[in-house]
Amino acid sequence: MSVQSNVEVHSEWGIVSARQAGRNLAKELGFGGVDQARFTTAISELARNIYLYAEQGEIIIETVENSRITGVQRGLKITARDRGPGIKSIREVMEDGYTTSGGLGAGLPGVKRLMDEFDIDSVTGEGTEITAIKWLR
Amino acid sequence: MKPSVIEMIYSQHDEIIRQWKNEVTELNQFDSTLPTNWFHETNEEFVNLIMGTLELEENEAKEQFRSFAERLMNAGWPLSYFTKGMQLFRRVLVQMLTSDESFESEKVFETLNEVEKWVDGVINQLVDEYTGSWENTLHLQKLALKELSAPLIPVFEKISVMPLVGTIDTERAKLIMENLLEGIIEHRSQVVLIDITGVPVVDTMVAHHIIQASEAVRLVGAECILVGIRPEIAQTIINLGIDLRKFPTKSTLRKGIETGLELTQRKIISTS
Ligand SMILES: Nc1ncnc2c1ncn2[C@@H]1O[C@H](COP(=O)(O)OP(=O)(O)O)[C@@H](O)[C@H]1O
Ligand SMILES: [Mg+2]
Repeated sequence: MSVQSNVEVHSEWGIVSARQAGRNLAKELGFGGVDQARFTTAISELARNIYLYAEQGEIIIETVENSRITGVQRGLKITARDRGPGIKSIREVMEDGYTTSGGLGAGLPGVKRLMDEFDIDSVTGEGTEITAIKWLR
Repeated sequence: MKPSVIEMIYSQHDEIIRQWKNEVTELNQFDSTLPTNWFHETNEEFVNLIMGTLELEENEAKEQFRSFAERLMNAGWPLSYFTKGMQLFRRVLVQMLTSDESFESEKVFETLNEVEKWVDGVINQLVDEYTGSWENTLHLQKLALKELSAPLIPVFEKISVMPLVGTIDTERAKLIMENLLEGIIEHRSQVVLIDITGVPVVDTMVAHHIIQASEAVRLVGAECILVGIRPEIAQTIINLGIDLRKFPTKSTLRKGIETGLELTQRKIISTS
């Protein structure tokens, strides 16, 4: 059975709740300390981007499974969805240091490195959906 | 208040007090926010205060209400107890003066007019008093929170520590910067240790704020050392691609303090 948690993000409190939900699920699933921190930090980055660039949106965290020859692999998936301005050039935002807000510009490339799978789907003027998975080792 | 009006009210002194006490109990019996002990004693005091201040000069009367209200508010009595009590006094008077035919109507009218003004004056004063003390409390709590959320503590001469515990949001990041820069000047710190042991998540925003804070510290002529980076936090910072090599870091607060002492040409020695 898959477990799921949805958090609305429209203030900084939403970022904190999304992180908390993520940390709890990661603990429950048996992630180690470092991976818990990686997973929680990735949620924090995506939730903050929603708050900063799209004003509001949602973070969905759910368990996922993958059948391998060696058995069933379990993991956690983050979906960050908003109806904000969208991202014009995905190639650009994935470069380290690219920022439109005077930030560090390390969020999105950082999330990609923190997680095992990463995907951006964005349409300018319509919104952005970013998904990322961390597998349990 | 006019002597003739006071005389008129005082002629009904005992009856007014009796009715007021009767009705105030009814009025407040459903109010669960009211402290139950001292209820009767307080009512007694309140009604005697009302009657007693009628003949006083305005400033003197206000002073007495002020000290009465302040004492009760500190004990948790709600503002509505005072406003209801004053309105009840007016109502009791109106009932009494209008139901008795032996009073001259002109006199009754004059009395009620005076009482109306007097009651309004007292209520306004109590409300001002109350919101004033409430705003004051709020202000103090904000100050306390500000100091608690990013305190800079002078641990040795020239060395200060800022222990950060909990989530860092934009508001708090501002406080960190302010308190750091103000505190460095105030304590004449040469070395500041920022301890992030208690920060649950260090994402790029938190890292950015810490980097900016430590650069600002350097600009005012002090040295900033980051301590308490837990192993899992060190890992995620590296994954995020943030290069902290430019910033002095120490694994523990203790090592940070040792470095701070070295930087200020001192060290801890054992005397045995
Ligand atoms: N949800 C989003 N909607 C629109 N633009 C976004 C979104 N997330 C990120 N961006 C854009 O991508 C850029 C890079 O994001 P990121 O790597 O997190 O760095 P930073 O937030 O520090 O700027 C942002 O400056 C912003 O222009
Ligand atoms: Mg970002």
